[in-house]
Amino acid sequence: MSSKFDAEKVAEIHQHLHSHLPSESALRVKALETLLVDKGLVNPQTIDAWVEAYTDQIGPKRGARVVARAWLDAEYKKRLLEDAPAAIDELGYLGKATAHLKVVENTDQVHNLVVCTLCSCYPFSILGVAPAWYKAAAYRSRAVRDPRGVLAEFGVAIDDDIEVRVWDSTAELRYLVLPQRPPGAGGMSEDALTELVSRNSMIGTDRNLIKR
Amino acid sequence: MSTAGMNESAENALKPLASVDGEAAFDEPWQAEALAIADSLVQNGMFSATSWSAALGEALRNAEADGASDDQQTYYQCVVTALEGLIAQHSEIDRPAMSAKREDWEQAYLATPHGQPVKLASSDDNGS
Repeated sequence: MSSKFDAEKVAEIHQHLHSHLPSESALRVKALETLLVDKGLVNPQTIDAWVEAYTDQIGPKRGARVVARAWLDAEYKKRLLEDAPAAIDELGYLGKATAHLKVVENTDQVHNLVVCTLCSCYPFSILGVAPAWYKAAAYRSRAVRDPRGVLAEFGVAIDDDIEVRVWDSTAELRYLVLPQRPPGAGGMSEDALTELVSRNSMIGTDRNLIKR
Repeated sequence: MSTAGMNESAENALKPLASVDGEAAFDEPWQAEALAIADSLVQNGMFSATSWSAALGEALRNAEADGASDDQQTYYQCVVTALEGLIAQHSEIDRPAMSAKREDWEQAYLATPHGQPVKLASSDDNGS
């Protein structure tokens, strides 16, 4: 009896010790980071700053600002559709990830949906880190095969006479959807308009923005 | 109350994508660190964005073929797999070095009393 107790006790202590151990993946990332830093191949401050920025600060707000500016300024919109990186640079947001960016505009006749069928290419420097569903195999395969079904899942009903265009992102070319300005939003300031732009509307899984 | 809960989960089962819409981009810090390392190495030119995309895509396809769950845990495990492969391919850091350093970290965690900062004993003076 007592040996069984001891065995359980040992198992419990072992369990307790291991509960403080990071996961297998976390240990592997730790190992990579240490090796890369030791060899001078990455700067630990850069890594820390990136993690802090993308965890807390950079959400879709930058993209929303771009959209609001385009709604208010027809000339800006024209430049944005012709050369998105240059137009986004005007707002001071140019990152390497937006260097190859194309903006596609929703109209009464067209709805745009963005996917990366290969992996998860995404304009993260203006939209933040891609949402969980964007990275899911289900989205990556279904967005192309059944875009209207995916849109319905997100509560977006698209009339049959509206064309749905699906854009497959790559490392060289990423996409941002320019959603339509909500009805009744004339006269609103750029700041107020920015608040109306949802992240999903800039990926295409949201369409009819509403004035709040 | 429980009926409402059941309806909600039944609804979520039919909407696997929309049901995770509000989830955080990272469940754990290592996931953000892994992406930060990948982005940093692309910026530094160790490998191209295209190579990264191809390697991550391959890892994701393999995970899917192996029947891995379609969630963020799997996704970020694929990020680590792709990262290890590209680093092994494009730098002097090979897989045995990765395994050894991973083991060092495990030992450091096990040897460090709870609440103390975990440090690698051999980080700087290992000149081999």
